[in-house]
Amino acid sequence: MDVRSQVSMVFHLDKCIGCHTCSIACKNIWTDRKGAEYMWWNNVETKPGTGYPTKWENQDIYKGGWEKNGDTVSLKGAGKFKGLKNIFHNPHMPVLDDYYEPWTYKYQDLFTAPEGDDQPTARPVSLVTGEHMDVQSGPNWDDDMSGSIDYARQDVNLEKLSAAEREAMFQLERMTLHYLPRICNHCLNPACVGSCPSGALYKRGEDGIVLINQERCRAWRMCVTACPYKKSYYNWNTGKSEKCILCYPRLESGQAPACFHSCVGRIRYLGVLLYDADKIAAAAAAPDDRLVDAQMDIYLDPFDPEVIKQARLNGVADSTITAAQNSPVYKFVKVWKLALPLHPEFRTLPNLFYVPALLPTMATVSDGVYNSTSKSLWNGVESNRLPMKYLASLFSAGDTGKVTEVMKRLMAVRLHRRGVTVGDLNAAEISQALKEVQMEPDTADAIFRLTALATFDERFVIPPAHREESIEMLENTGDVKGNTGFGFKEKPVRGL
Amino acid sequence: MTNILLFAVLPYAALAIFLVGSIYRYKNRGFSVSSISSQFLEGKKLFWGSQPFHWGLFILFFGHLIAFLFPSAVLAWNGQPVRLLILEIAAFAFGLSALLGLVLLILRRLTNRRVQIVTSKMDIVVYAILLTQIVSGLLVAYHSRWGSSWFSAFLTPYLRSVFVFDPQIDAIASVTSLSLKVHVISAFALIGIIPFTRFVHFLVYPVDYLWRSYQQVIWNWSRKHIRTSRSHSEGHKSKNN
Ligand code: SF4
Ligand code: SF4
Repeated sequence: MDVRSQVSMVFHLDKCIGCHTCSIACKNIWTDRKGAEYMWWNNVETKPGTGYPTKWENQDIYKGGWEKNGDTVSLKGAGKFKGLKNIFHNPHMPVLDDYYEPWTYKYQDLFTAPEGDDQPTARPVSLVTGEHMDVQSGPNWDDDMSGSIDYARQDVNLEKLSAAEREAMFQLERMTLHYLPRICNHCLNPACVGSCPSGALYKRGEDGIVLINQERCRAWRMCVTACPYKKSYYNWNTGKSEKCILCYPRLESGQAPACFHSCVGRIRYLGVLLYDADKIAAAAAAPDDRLVDAQMDIYLDPFDPEVIKQARLNGVADSTITAAQNSPVYKFVKVWKLALPLHPEFRTLPNLFYVPALLPTMATVSDGVYNSTSKSLWNGVESNRLPMKYLASLFSAGDTGKVTEVMKRLMAVRLHRRGVTVGDLNAAEISQALKEVQMEPDTADAIFRLTALATFDERFVIPPAHREESIEMLENTGDVKGNTGFGFKEKPVRGL
Repeated sequence: MTNILLFAVLPYAALAIFLVGSIYRYKNRGFSVSSISSQFLEGKKLFWGSQPFHWGLFILFFGHLIAFLFPSAVLAWNGQPVRLLILEIAAFAFGLSALLGLVLLILRRLTNRRVQIVTSKMDIVVYAILLTQIVSGLLVAYHSRWGSSWFSAFLTPYLRSVFVFDPQIDAIASVTSLSLKVHVISAFALIGIIPFTRFVHFLVYPVDYLWRSYQQVIWNWSRKHIRTSRSHSEGHKSKNN
């Protein structure tokens, strides 16, 4: 057992209101620079939709992620041979137009326009070329299913649905959407790291954050292709790739990442998961129907004395183990089994988990009447507006059983809480719902609490970074004893 | 005098600048060492330019290197006229491929607005010198045929003499072929400007990727280490930064 700690995340999709505050917080801090304008380390997509960059989930186009190759996995569009062969031209790399051409407006024209009959306008100018441009698309062009023929119907996840099922989804009465906020998953088997020819990408041992060393990146662009989530971006100005850094400077000083901190819907949770690094290779190569289970098996019980012992032996700090025990992510993912990884079939073992949205999938229409008794809601889980096949394509590599199970658990919590707060439901029905998913009323209350009422410190359980120890490893603190402030640039020795 | 400047002084100046400059840039300006690819801004035309150009140059570079390092092997191969012919034609073909690629790359840079934005002055120098180098090389191959044979007999001794710090420039100086002289001179000029241009990216071609493991985990500090009091504060710098 090789116990390591990983800072991991849960996004509760039922709570996301699609306000994009998270994206803006990130943009203002990290990507408001030349060459990075088009990057959205955090972006919020509308599902069904094509996302950003367009059709990123379609690996026939972008060849991202790993594919199963017997007992192991190999990179789909990169790797030692393919990488060095394609280094002069990477055939599957997304280009600027697959994202969008960033622009601003010539605001000055509003003030300097000569007097005339027409209102002056601020025309859009490209942030790449500086020339006037016609805006063709933007990062949220398909927000709230706008232009759903061009976008929603092109969603890759619809492939698993029959034509009739697809059509049903787009009837006006049945139409539904939910938001999908995405950041880098700081994967356990990161394809970006594996694909980098110059070895610039690495995973931090202490917290599992995946970073790009800007000094070593040589613009070979392989990570851009290899990341199946398209969360590694190429800065066309500096000639270096960049990606989400999970705000590690904030984390190290005990603050939540900016997108977490600013999240209006409070959908985001962050905490430590302890995992067994020895199991990564096997889990990444698990058969499709075992993928989610195999990944869940990697994460360890932080209360298990054996795990604690091994973690200590491996140098995991006690404060980190405590953080793992209080981790909201551990509860959502392992204890309550409510959160699933996005596209586990990419085999990168992502560490961002999603509680699927229950709300828009609920009510169904028959003969133009909404059926909203609890009974029909309950029955509706399988036959609801957002087909299980669609959700399964997003969150469980096509296994509808997995998402249905999660949905039923979420529904049980909801019925139970309705019983508590409104009390208009049949008690037998509620206990039947709870029994079916083997959930105690107490558990349902705890889930409700962490979902709806959790405080800042309950949502973000950040392990101390122990920077003091880090400093001790880099230099002998005894050497700088007696120095002041930031120390001396030269050793304070007597001059000649 | 000019000959001394061009064939004795220039090589040493170029090599010295190359060595000192490249090491300095790698060590102190690491962020600037990049191929600064523009594929992100324009990807389709790049394919038709970049592939023939890079592979052509790649092969030619090693061809020259082998002729320089193992002249006798090349001469032995060329012992049979058919083999000589094959080698010459192949080399010429790669030269043409490099030229074709370069021309397409230049056209792409001239016509694509986005790529123009990321074109620096040094890129123009790079294009000029590469064009000179490839065109003069092709002219040499065409006019003074069977270069793979006379290279070993004639250029190798000169280059060797440069590398053993005893430059013998008589033979090269007495050459009448202008294209050959230009080819040699621009080759040294190219070496000399490597540290000031995007040429540096070929120095960091990532061969080590072949033997490194796919996943890389880097510990900021070793907790195991810090926990044994004997090893306390021995100073273990992380390797990555
Ligand atoms: S999401 Fe992409 S960029 Fe992030 S760690 Fe995984 S493979 Fe790398
Ligand atoms: S800030 Fe929170 S609620 Fe708003 S879009 Fe982002 S994730 Fe959703």
